[in-house]
Amino acid sequence: MTESGQYNFAYLDEQTKRMIRRALLKALAVPGYQVPFASREMPMPYGWGTGGVQVSAACLTPDDTFKVIDQGADDTTNAVSIRKFFQHTAGVNVTEHTAEATVIQTRHRIPEQALGEDQILVYQVPIPEPLRYLEPRETETRKMHALQEYGLMHVKLYEDIARHGSIATSYAYPVKVEERYVMDPSPIPKFDNPKLEMAGIQLFGAGREQRIYAVPPYTRVVSLDFEDYPFEASKADHPCGLCGAEDTYLDEVIMDDEGGRMFVCSDTDYCASRRAAGHVGAMGVPVGEDAA
Amino acid sequence: MTPLLKVQNITKTYGARIGCADVSFDLYPGEVMGIVGESGSGKSTLLNCMAGHLTPDSGEVLFDTRTEGLKDTVKMNEPERRMLSRTDWAFVHQNPRDGLRMGVSAGGNVGERLMAVGARHYGNIRESALDWLGRVEIAGDRIDDRPSAFSGGMQQRLQIARNLVTGPRLVFMDEPTGGLDVSVQARLLDLLRGLVRQMGLSAIIVTHDLAVVRLLADRLMVMKSGHVVETGLTDQVLDDPQHAYTQLLVSSVLQV
Repeated sequence: MTESGQYNFAYLDEQTKRMIRRALLKALAVPGYQVPFASREMPMPYGWGTGGVQVSAACLTPDDTFKVIDQGADDTTNAVSIRKFFQHTAGVNVTEHTAEATVIQTRHRIPEQALGEDQILVYQVPIPEPLRYLEPRETETRKMHALQEYGLMHVKLYEDIARHGSIATSYAYPVKVEERYVMDPSPIPKFDNPKLEMAGIQLFGAGREQRIYAVPPYTRVVSLDFEDYPFEASKADHPCGLCGAEDTYLDEVIMDDEGGRMFVCSDTDYCASRRAAGHVGAMGVPVGEDAA
Repeated sequence: MTPLLKVQNITKTYGARIGCADVSFDLYPGEVMGIVGESGSGKSTLLNCMAGHLTPDSGEVLFDTRTEGLKDTVKMNEPERRMLSRTDWAFVHQNPRDGLRMGVSAGGNVGERLMAVGARHYGNIRESALDWLGRVEIAGDRIDDRPSAFSGGMQQRLQIARNLVTGPRLVFMDEPTGGLDVSVQARLLDLLRGLVRQMGLSAIIVTHDLAVVRLLADRLMVMKSGHVVETGLTDQVLDDPQHAYTQLLVSSVLQV
């Protein structure tokens, strides 16, 4: 019970959490396979991360330290409200530092800092089915997964090259997990795809679609491509304006109505820690001298 | 010589109604078989039973597979049957919208079967797509257009290209010229005849149009109310029909 005594630990009742944990175990046992689960109504609208929240609730223990990021940022509405939600209903410690967190819920990004074996990354997933827009029938896509008929996925990439001259899919880029299931890694930028092979546990929750899937630690995750058009993890070709990092995924920020813009790290924690360590970008000011 | 397809006593009923009853025949490599009859005579039911789209109530459909020889496709497991329908079989639908992906460009439509059997080189896929568009007389600069921008005849030709790109050995065709005007029909038939002869394909063509089978088919099977009433060489059946129904059918053809 929390301080207020009104909620069970982490909002969901124990039976529901057991049900979700069973789905999680199955998902980890069959990497990339979408396990159906009985998704519950959560006190937030679909599309705000109801799947991720349920998975987080099932994973959290009172000793955990929790971090939420939305597009890499700790301070956006979605991240702040979910962090508050678990502070209130579970009373767990929260943090903005990637290294200190044991459970990280994320929307559309993988943190820049590599995760360790004692960390869990929980993704919010809008559409778990990578074949959805190519084959609308769920009965058929399940059969295609079962029989490993994944030629259609390449038709999408073919169309990209035919139309744009290169693979233009830049987020939700399909991957093949452990040479078996093709998986939608949620709408992370394809820059993050190589990071899917990591030491931490990755859990994916889709609330509206009622599916859970997972990538266990050190699992082989290969981005699909053509032999003559290999996969490329792309990003904006600029250094970060605040911390000067050249190897991070960047957000473009419009500064004025005269075409002024800057590129900043989308991972706010990573950017802040670099600036604290003394790195300064072209448009940044050293820490301490910041007027704002 | 082993037959490519050996159909034995295929029966399919819809409740008490008969779809097709007790149909048997052999199809040899390189042979084109026509199935004619009026609407509701069971032609399409029979075709769908053979192509694995419907499960017959009884009977066997033995196909001469590359590795294991004659094998019953009805009892075959699903992955194997789906593999066959992607590689050794092709199915040309009457309505090209059923056989094409309308949201995918012509090149993607032709390339899909290649990618489904493991082609992963964009340049090669595009090259064979271009080659096949040429063979079915679609201009190469239409390769990135969607089928919805094509005329009915072009869509049908695109469907044929998409089906033949993996070099199938057996093609099922369900009224391939239905819904096309006569001049387009004539060109399509000409094209089909050329492709069938060049590639040495075996084909089963279901149609109600006797002119189509006269042009394409070596052998003919006439169906009525789910039963085969007459079989034989095409010219023989059409020139000297024995069964009363075949006589009616032949005499019903409009003369210009």
